[in-house]
Amino acid sequence: MTTSAISAITPDTIREHGLTPEEFEKIKSLLGGREPTRTELGIFSVMWSEHCSYKSSRVHLKRLPTRSKLVVQGPGENAGIVDIGDGWACAFKIESHNHPSFIEPFQGAATGVGGILRDIFTMGARPVAIMDSLRFGPIKPGEETSHRSPNGQQGASRTQPTQAEVHKNHSVMEGVVSGVASYGNCFGVPNLGGEVKFEACYSGNPLVNAFALGLVRRDQIFYGRASGEGNPVIYVGSKTGRDGIHGATMASEEFSAGSEAKRPNVQVGDPFMEKLLLEACLEAMQTGAIVGIQDMGAAGLTCSTCEMGARGGTGVEIELDRVPQRETGMTPYEIMLSESQERMLLVAQKGREDEVFHVFQKWGLDAVEVGRVTSDATMRVLEHGEVVAEIPNAALTDDAPVYKRPLVRWEPPVDREKPEHIQLGEAKDFTLQLKRLLASPNICSKRWVWQQYDHMVQTNTVEAPGAGDAGVIRIKGSKRGLAMALDGNGRWCYLDPKLGAMHAVAEAARKVACAGATPIGATNCLNFGNPEKPNIMWQFSQVIDGITKACEELDTPITGGNVSFYNETLGEGIYPTPVIGVVGILEDVHKSTKMHFAREGRDAARKIVLLRATEAGDAVDAEVEFGSSEYAKEVLGGMWGYPPGLDMEKEATLQRALVAIIQGGLVESAHDCADGGLAAALVEASLPAQTGCKVRLPKSKLALEFLLFGEDAGRIVLSCDPAKLSRIQQAAEEFGVFADVMGETGGDRVEISADDGMVISASVEELRSAYEGALEKALKTDPVAAIAH
Amino acid sequence: MKFGVIIFPGSNCDHDAFWTIHHVAKQPVTFLWHDSHDLQNCDAIVVPGGFSFGDYLRTGAIAKFSPVMESVREFAAGGGLVLGICNGFQILCESGLLPGALMRNVGLKYVCKQVQVKVENNQTPFTNACRTGEVLTIPIGHMEGNYFCDEATLEELKRDNRIVFRYTSANGEITDESNPNGSLENIAGICNAGRNVLGMMPHPERAAEPELGGVDGVKIFESLVGAMALK
Repeated sequence: MTTSAISAITPDTIREHGLTPEEFEKIKSLLGGREPTRTELGIFSVMWSEHCSYKSSRVHLKRLPTRSKLVVQGPGENAGIVDIGDGWACAFKIESHNHPSFIEPFQGAATGVGGILRDIFTMGARPVAIMDSLRFGPIKPGEETSHRSPNGQQGASRTQPTQAEVHKNHSVMEGVVSGVASYGNCFGVPNLGGEVKFEACYSGNPLVNAFALGLVRRDQIFYGRASGEGNPVIYVGSKTGRDGIHGATMASEEFSAGSEAKRPNVQVGDPFMEKLLLEACLEAMQTGAIVGIQDMGAAGLTCSTCEMGARGGTGVEIELDRVPQRETGMTPYEIMLSESQERMLLVAQKGREDEVFHVFQKWGLDAVEVGRVTSDATMRVLEHGEVVAEIPNAALTDDAPVYKRPLVRWEPPVDREKPEHIQLGEAKDFTLQLKRLLASPNICSKRWVWQQYDHMVQTNTVEAPGAGDAGVIRIKGSKRGLAMALDGNGRWCYLDPKLGAMHAVAEAARKVACAGATPIGATNCLNFGNPEKPNIMWQFSQVIDGITKACEELDTPITGGNVSFYNETLGEGIYPTPVIGVVGILEDVHKSTKMHFAREGRDAARKIVLLRATEAGDAVDAEVEFGSSEYAKEVLGGMWGYPPGLDMEKEATLQRALVAIIQGGLVESAHDCADGGLAAALVEASLPAQTGCKVRLPKSKLALEFLLFGEDAGRIVLSCDPAKLSRIQQAAEEFGVFADVMGETGGDRVEISADDGMVISASVEELRSAYEGALEKALKTDPVAAIAH
Repeated sequence: MKFGVIIFPGSNCDHDAFWTIHHVAKQPVTFLWHDSHDLQNCDAIVVPGGFSFGDYLRTGAIAKFSPVMESVREFAAGGGLVLGICNGFQILCESGLLPGALMRNVGLKYVCKQVQVKVENNQTPFTNACRTGEVLTIPIGHMEGNYFCDEATLEELKRDNRIVFRYTSANGEITDESNPNGSLENIAGICNAGRNVLGMMPHPERAAEPELGGVDGVKIFESLVGAMALK
């Protein structure tokens, strides 16, 4: 070790690196008692960061189900892989890029997409679809509501957003959406949508969760392993610069008032470079000369060298003088910690390097031999031939700290029963309320977002965003297709983390089933506050239990994902927000279902059927559960109670029945009845083909609000040829689910009636003008002018 | 009757065009590499969509210097058929094979959606399978599709009937609402004086199979096949 590399390490230095004094002592003991060099300290700081080491979450993540007969690769690699038949497998994963997206929305979101795409093609899979789940703070200035917030309790109902907050949220959202668009569009992968949600808690903590899926031949999968002593280690892609240093550490702490000064920690994306890297990597893999490959994402060169060595049971030695650099005078510390994008590390067979170099040269990319595989299970970094870092792989991976942090049960500060000042069951007509709900940011059309995304490139898109509950692609040269959907509900997880998480899994899978696909695998992105707070850790543990229960029941193992803690600004955290991505197989892609009533249904009435998993709850349940609905939030201005109940076994049966009915060719449309309840689902089914409907609500003692806008899970609105109705009812009976005829399609109005007469009546066009354009209107509205008005 | 699809670094609709020509139009097709002058005896060249050279500097501005474009210019001068789609249209404008330029969309955002275009002239090798006045539904996906040229050029284009496609409503009316990007006179595609080079912003290769939402784009490829048969 050179003396120049050693500088005195003070307690301040340790703290600046996000390490505790105990962790520093552990580092010394893992290094055989000596102090780390500065470079080594930097390496430990990123590898032991929450982001890379999962030190707070690992003990809980172990509980997740990760196996099934279709899972080829579970968590632990760059992405999970599932067998989808016909010799094909698909690699998919979801990952967060929350912290960078708040500091620099465009680049933060863009590099989030870039990172997840690299995770996919590192496995040898060509990315064929992306989706994203985005959460922002309110984008509309506060509206006067006639209701007081429940007891004025903190957290339950925040104060109305300020002008400055709304402005900031607009610019974050604009930046994030254009960042996602710019990267994905240039790279050339269709974006099939996802979800966009708004809640006050995401104002200082936007969530940007990017999902990608790729296809690979079952026998041509690549792994991030360094094997074969003496094999050359090759660096490919962009040059290394000073951007993104300590990005992983930044993502492992709360934001304070000065966090925006961390902009230099955010990486800058170059999607063109990534496209070249994709083509070059896939072509190089075809040569057969590549042994292992891993992308340089979080913690860059550091992470890829020690992880590839650890997985391969080998060591990797690199010489920094050979690393292509964008800037002069970079120190070993900077080179090792840089998070410059669009870089890969690969191990080639000794003697066949030239085949690899040739491919990268063809694509105009840097490819340089920077080191070799050794047999000593150690990561060794040299500069000018002298060792500047020498750390056993295990010290950075398996021996990294694991914390069993304290858990303390937490009760949200909300009423568990309906506050008395909120009166239900009085109004007779709900047309205005419906329009208000349709125009609310959480329910309105997200066309403004997805129209900026190329969702058709690669010519596989069968269900584009807005067409169905899930995104659907075909697989060229096969009859099969893949359906995928993302779902999360922070408000429900806030009210009940375990139940909320079960809903997220169930709903993502239900959306996939609504396309006619059988859910086969899942990925999770777990967004939480500070894990050092026992209440947050309890929420996390509960969410893991919920996901576990739901995934086991639906047979959709978790094959990968990531955890994002410290989503807190100035001590204020987000709702616990697990986002689940579910992937399903369509046996016959031609039988995939859209969500809307067919155009022909305007003149020739189709039957509308509500397929349900369970009997409707009683009045007490309904009232308690209604407090978690969009209607309660948006129209009544309140939140109380619990999320709707969920019987996972019945949910699984319902989804099986649904897929059987769709693949049996019995329905023309299928739409999940979710946010905004039955009324919103009927409108969403009516809009695309301008086909209206007439629906009669069942006799019930429940208030009309529950029947129209209640968000009971496990309900699907189907439409079918009347001649096929009996076969649907028969199938439902065989599976043990309910199929109620609700009414029929026809005309150009949406009319819903109850015993006492019409409760909703509006033309499809009126409803469209409420639903579409609401987002554009909100984003273009200058909050200052709106408030002055 | 062989098609060639050029691959520039950053092309991303190259495989889509290849697939449509091969699997839908059932024609022989090969890829052409940007760095080579060799057009491999192709009878028609497709300059595909995407982000050639990352669209850095200006869309198509770097691609025009590629060796393959020198050959394409010669090929076009000899009457060879050249179809530029989206980024391909931008490259053909930058290369001087077509007049005018494609500026950033008026909305300043990327727009991906189905649009209607009217066939203004079916007397071209690219539209002979259509009727004049026929309205086709074909998707667009671009950030820079706002066609512009000077007045004299516009007069020439009109006089010589070289405006091949215009954005219209579903029943063929040329309206501002149906113009997705602010193009001059709703221009969606033009051809050169010899009628053997066409540039269009909509993606016909994305509208070629019913399960993907439409088949109107096939007519462009059918037209080309018909035109080549006559040669």
